[in-house]
Amino acid sequence: MAIEIEQPSSVELSKVAVSETHGENSPYFAGWKAYDEDPYHESNNPSGVIQMGLAENQVSFDLLEEYSEQHSEAFTWGKGAPGFRENALFQDYHGLQSFREAMASFMEQIRGGRAKFDPDRVVLTAGATAANELLTFILADPGDALLVPTPYYPGFDRDLRWRTGVKIVPIHCDSSNNFQITPQALEAAYKEAEAMNKKVRGVLITNPSNPLGATIQRSVLEEILDFVTHKNIHLVSDEIYSGSAFSSSEFISIEEILESRKYKNSERVHIVYSLSKDLGLPGFRVGTIYSYNDKVVTTARRMSSFTLISSQTQHLLASMLSNKKFTENYIKTNRERLRKRYEMIIQGLKNAGIECLKGNAGLFCWMNLSPLLEEQTREGELALWDSMLHEVKLNISPGSSCHCSEPGWFRVCFANMSEQTLEIALKRIHDFMQQRERQRKPISSQ
Amino acid sequence: MTQTRTRPTTEPERPKPTAATAMRLIVPLQGVVQGRGGLILGSLIPCALFYFLQFYLKRHRSPNPSSDPPSPSTPSSNLADLPRTSSRSNLSSRGSFGPVRVSSRAGSLAKADDSTYYIGLNKVKEDPYHRTNNPNGIIQLGLSENTLCLDLIEKWVSENLTDSIMGSDGGDLSISGIAAYKPFDGMTEMKVAMASFMSRVIGKAVSFDPSQIVLTAGATPAIEILSFCLADHGNAFLVPTPYYPGFDRDIRSRTGVELIPVHCRSTDNFVFSITALDQAFNQARKRGLKVRAILICNPANPVGNILPRETLYDVLDFAREKNIHIICDEIYGGSIFGSEEFVSMAEILESEEVDKDRVHIIYGLSKDLSLPGFRAGVIYSYNDSVLAAAKKLTRFSSMSTLTQRLLISMLSDTRFTQEYFETNKRRVKEIYDSFVAGLKQLGIRCSESNAGLYCWADMSALIPTYSEKGELELWDKLLNIAKINVTPGSACHCIEPGWFRCCFATLSQEDIPVVIERIQKIAETCKSPS
Repeated sequence: MAIEIEQPSSVELSKVAVSETHGENSPYFAGWKAYDEDPYHESNNPSGVIQMGLAENQVSFDLLEEYSEQHSEAFTWGKGAPGFRENALFQDYHGLQSFREAMASFMEQIRGGRAKFDPDRVVLTAGATAANELLTFILADPGDALLVPTPYYPGFDRDLRWRTGVKIVPIHCDSSNNFQITPQALEAAYKEAEAMNKKVRGVLITNPSNPLGATIQRSVLEEILDFVTHKNIHLVSDEIYSGSAFSSSEFISIEEILESRKYKNSERVHIVYSLSKDLGLPGFRVGTIYSYNDKVVTTARRMSSFTLISSQTQHLLASMLSNKKFTENYIKTNRERLRKRYEMIIQGLKNAGIECLKGNAGLFCWMNLSPLLEEQTREGELALWDSMLHEVKLNISPGSSCHCSEPGWFRVCFANMSEQTLEIALKRIHDFMQQRERQRKPISSQ
Repeated sequence: MTQTRTRPTTEPERPKPTAATAMRLIVPLQGVVQGRGGLILGSLIPCALFYFLQFYLKRHRSPNPSSDPPSPSTPSSNLADLPRTSSRSNLSSRGSFGPVRVSSRAGSLAKADDSTYYIGLNKVKEDPYHRTNNPNGIIQLGLSENTLCLDLIEKWVSENLTDSIMGSDGGDLSISGIAAYKPFDGMTEMKVAMASFMSRVIGKAVSFDPSQIVLTAGATPAIEILSFCLADHGNAFLVPTPYYPGFDRDIRSRTGVELIPVHCRSTDNFVFSITALDQAFNQARKRGLKVRAILICNPANPVGNILPRETLYDVLDFAREKNIHIICDEIYGGSIFGSEEFVSMAEILESEEVDKDRVHIIYGLSKDLSLPGFRAGVIYSYNDSVLAAAKKLTRFSSMSTLTQRLLISMLSDTRFTQEYFETNKRRVKEIYDSFVAGLKQLGIRCSESNAGLYCWADMSALIPTYSEKGELELWDKLLNIAKINVTPGSACHCIEPGWFRCCFATLSQEDIPVVIERIQKIAETCKSPS
């Protein structure tokens, strides 16, 4: 006689837990997986996958190490650890006053002193990822929409939408004008949201742009600010790459525009910043929201209980960032090195017959491989991406994962590796292009 | 720029529910009267009306403490700051936020400080007691923290935190090593160190698997992330009362999950019964609420008792029968000062063949190791899908790698952690004994507790009326006249008025007589003639 074994009904998880909104099954993340399985290493695995899909800044680590050697007391609490007790107990969501001041002043330095930031408007979060999500919770309700210009950072799909239930409606930009945001595109996106019955709560821009690697021009910023003012919605300016502009004067912060307008209507503007890119400290989880809206500051502070920065980290960075000699040297040197890297990769790609969008900031360049596509479609782009990943062994980010409306564009990171590795990557691309050329010739000679 | 502190004094323009409901019914009723719709509507509408009335009454069942004006002798009072209805879930507020709008989630959080729990905490910040610098300030007994053994940690830090730890010597854990992106749910070495530490905290041969650990920036996001994984917006958790006031904000504000209190009584030493859980579960179902989990705290906060082994087995049975999750917050697992045995859920699951998929443990270093500022929290789950989802969510609340580096060294120092546990247990017990004895002299009895950093005191003899209103009047006097901040039972949703949580682990022996004397002054004026 068969014995029936009662199967326990498995206990359910939430919709958030089972949703695919985290996006980790997209090509953007699939490339990372391939890299994890076969990572390039100079000596141990020279034929492995080179990671060019991670926007991390490793070019100035030596400056950080030099600082830690010369200022070990910032990493500890001094002899006998005075101040440790207070630091260990400190969990006030206002954050350490000294750290907020140091952060405000660092943000000013990055903008070449052209901007002023009030430490009392600095809200601390554990990373910019948390900052963007937190702002979304505060500015929009589930079902509402944020307008985001394309192409945009793939992580936004997850960070802005997953737990918040907020939708992203794209502001379409294309290569005809170097992917700049136009008033027409803004208006079209707004109408698109209205047609879907979604209330638009704000516009979120990244300046300098990820993945374009370019700063937004002053005139465009003015137009965006006019647009959000006219529609009475918010503007979030993610300026996480502000310190990675190759030349300080070419980056214009939204703060400068507001200042020129004497802060009229500024209570709709919020700036996101972080030390993950500019200072190469993503592991420390340091992000901030700088808001011109008192209510948003208060609410964001309270909500930041879910994402506080370790007081130990605040203590260290308060010392580091208030060391003007260190920060000035770091900012200047970092910009210079990034610029050199950028020039190196652009030249290398050019030699291989590949054009890129003219960039002036960031840790990546926006590469145009559309001439290589078999078909000018998303599928064609993904086929090429697949070849790049599995044949050329380079993980680069396809434009479709950035919601780019034109197929064939790819984001290529250049700051997360040594110069030697970059040389090798460029050589692989060069060889790949040459091989493609050779493959074409037999057909054309018929 | 000054931040505006929002202190709701009067309720903003909030439409009365009955008016709105009534309007929706009057219009179709007109149709019935005029002959349109006829019998069907004629019978449907009264039924609907009846249903709405029941519904409305059920939702407004909780007692309504009116905030009377304070008596003229009090220098200041916080009674007026309290909302008119108690424990009401957030309604969207129409408050004026200037020309550009913020979300309703933000709106409710902007008013978050209207719980006595937060009002008290904020008041202390304005006028904190200091033995020499501010002897007339407010003594903080409302924050569950432990400063009794920080000297041991200070010593460890000054002896062990050398260059080689903080990374100028290169290698994986040098600054360039830890500065880079690391897994958001924590570095492997940190998980290993934490797993081993958690074993030592329990002090028995219970092992924790590092691969079942997800690290977060504190226990606050740990519990929120878990809530997001286990429940949808509008679902509910059963929570035995009295419970930690922070849960109301931490669990509800962004997830939209409702907390259903399961009331416990002093006659049971505030341990919940399965009957009560059952009743609460069924009532929730009648209201159309889907219960997804039961949240228990062991050792309990604010009562400080340890759940008996039998109760843990009962909860497992109950959860299996209803097919729901169990969230077991064991954040005080290392703060046992009494002689009773602490049984962790992990111990039960290790020995029993129960289906573990529904059990999730919360832990952290804020209480047991006095490091709340460093933000070290743990989700320990036996469910692979929950682990997978939770890991992805840690990107919003990650532990700083700098802190992980420090903690890896500290937690792995078994000699240090052993000394810390032993000394801590001793010192906490000493303060607990003195404090409870002091209260006893005033005729204030504390419920039996063996753990935590607080005691649960019965001050019902001192309250003017045996009600929440009476309790809040006493709370107000204690805060503003006696100048001690304690947490009233109503903030913890306790069904019996008059109980107060008093945190003692930030006091020294010298502070205790000061506290007792201040309470005594109030006690003398409060004793109701019997």
